[in-house]
Amino acid sequence: MHEQIIFSILCILSFGFAAKRFYAISRNINLGVDWVPTSTPLEKWKNVVFIAFGQKKMFTKWLPATLHLFIYVAFIFTQIELIEILVDGITGSHRIFLPILGSFYLFIINFIEVLSLLALIGTFIFLARRNLLKIPRFQSVELKGWPAIDALIILLAEIVLVTFIFMMNSADVALHQESYQFILSGFLVPLLQDIDTNTLHLLERVGWWGHIIVVFGFIIYLSYSKHLHIIFAFINTYYANTQPRGKIENMPAIMDEVKSLLGISESGNDNNQLPDFGSNDVFNLSWKNILDAYTCTECGRCTEVCPANMTGKKLSPRKIMMDIRDRADEVGKKLDSGDVAFCQDKNLPLSPTNFSDGLSLFSQISPEEIHACTTCNACVEACPVLINPLEPIIKMRRYEILTLSAGPADWVPLFNSLENNQAAWSLSTERSAWIADVND
Amino acid sequence: MSIQVPIYSTLYNEGISPEILFWVGCAGSFDTRAQRVTKAFCTILNKIGVSFAILGEEEKCTGDPARRAGNEFVFQMLALQNIQTLNHYGIKKIVTACPHCFNTLKNEYPELGGNYEVIHHTSFLNGLISDGKLKLQGGGSFLGKKITYHDSCYLGRINGIYEAPREILEALDADLVELKRCKSNGLCCGAGGAQMWKEDEPGSSRINQARATDIINSGAEIVAANCPFCITMLQDGLTSDSTEKNIMVLDLSELIVQQL
Repeated sequence: MHEQIIFSILCILSFGFAAKRFYAISRNINLGVDWVPTSTPLEKWKNVVFIAFGQKKMFTKWLPATLHLFIYVAFIFTQIELIEILVDGITGSHRIFLPILGSFYLFIINFIEVLSLLALIGTFIFLARRNLLKIPRFQSVELKGWPAIDALIILLAEIVLVTFIFMMNSADVALHQESYQFILSGFLVPLLQDIDTNTLHLLERVGWWGHIIVVFGFIIYLSYSKHLHIIFAFINTYYANTQPRGKIENMPAIMDEVKSLLGISESGNDNNQLPDFGSNDVFNLSWKNILDAYTCTECGRCTEVCPANMTGKKLSPRKIMMDIRDRADEVGKKLDSGDVAFCQDKNLPLSPTNFSDGLSLFSQISPEEIHACTTCNACVEACPVLINPLEPIIKMRRYEILTLSAGPADWVPLFNSLENNQAAWSLSTERSAWIADVND
Repeated sequence: MSIQVPIYSTLYNEGISPEILFWVGCAGSFDTRAQRVTKAFCTILNKIGVSFAILGEEEKCTGDPARRAGNEFVFQMLALQNIQTLNHYGIKKIVTACPHCFNTLKNEYPELGGNYEVIHHTSFLNGLISDGKLKLQGGGSFLGKKITYHDSCYLGRINGIYEAPREILEALDADLVELKRCKSNGLCCGAGGAQMWKEDEPGSSRINQARATDIINSGAEIVAANCPFCITMLQDGLTSDSTEKNIMVLDLSELIVQQL
């Protein structure tokens, strides 16, 4: 009975706290401006099925993809066992599905055991790749500190989790030889030969509680970690932009203004107050850009293929996404603090529309970074969960050029000749002058 | 045979509407290297008698570099004026030798009110070859020559055109050797996103030098390209490499013209 009460309390606390965290993240995502996906339901679900569920883009790198697949499939199938643990924990039953499912239950547990072993192997190789082999994309500066610790914590947690599963299962096999035919755990039983029944029960309980406590911890930890992708990959691929890749988002306000200037339409913006153009903070990115940022797993496939990054420039598409996420988190925390110091207008309550902390995306992202982008779309192509790092880069360039009237000095002559000569270069010759010597 | 380059407005006033508009682009019009591509393409069009015209002085930059630099105002000014011109002539089909012009005309003009069938010259030429309208002398100067192909970002990864250029090379009897990074994994030349008009940000090397290394490692004698900016960047990258042994960067149309 005590166990049931403790379990139920832990369950409510962890789910309650996680719910609060996920609510905060959802609020942070909605700090962005509205954006309506134009994709059809078929396109949306195709992406979810093939890209998120089917891991299609992961397999451009078959080794990490396969190892990741082990952990991913193990994770999915362990949910069946978790449902049982929840029911057992609340009702005080023990392996409630066994009498109901019979031999199918044994199949499921054996299947989960095989997957858990594969996941464990994957985890060790991942640890080696990050810490011994020093794969370059895991050595970038943006991964120093918390991101590296985050990756380490989750891999160690995976080892602890699998250890508890095998501890629980093998103790159960030792206790109930005839009915619990778990093949892999069975191999561990000889280790438990000389242990008395009471200690075996204790081991089983430690495995069971250890497993579920890691899970409860994980539910909360997720919201602070790049491991949010286990949920957000599905949401993000669902909302992915399916418009042509080469189409940069239009700015209707400027289009209408120019149309009225050219006399194509009646009048553009009636109120003379034009809004800020482009993005300098989460408030003027789209919610999809922020969702992208929270979905990022920091795998660095984008940065690895970025031509600017590979030639030593400061730009790293992964860092851009991480900075956006960290900024959204920071603004969210400050909003939750209710501190009037963050009010733009001190007479009004603190809210997303009445917020100023003197910081922006430019506090973390330097102009040098956004200026280095060649818009080659390699990062967009590389992302296994359809994040678009290029879009916020263009939006920040827009903010710099249109709102701040700043930007690279080299572009001033370009803009001047585009405006004055309608050509990318200012030359004294006519556009069609080349025709004169076409027959040379 | 002298090459004719008709101007759209002239034909329009005579009541003639050519089959295609050849969009020359800023590079094709002003850059001396890219002008050679423009001329090669016009030579092919003349040779097989495709009815075409150019806008001439009425053509303006599509606005690609302005939009990508973040200057939406300049982009809209250029794009909307171009659309006015194109719609005025009732233009249906545009062929261009620049993948940046191609992308902007094809993907970005529709939302501004410009709807046309836009074809990159690589696809257009490949279509002419497969239709039998453009006949190449087989076993010509490229027979057995190692040629590599550089996927421009705006034709390849961004618009998914990987096969048409390779089919042309096959038709030329060239011995195609792929670069280590090709197709969707192709490495940028470094010019896109308005980088063409600015100095590199501080770094350890230049992007075109990294790409030149890929090319040198392929052992090819000729690099086939499809973009005026790539041609400039790659040739510069190759020239800056002291081990480079006269590798030539040529547009696909320049290769075809040699085999007419």
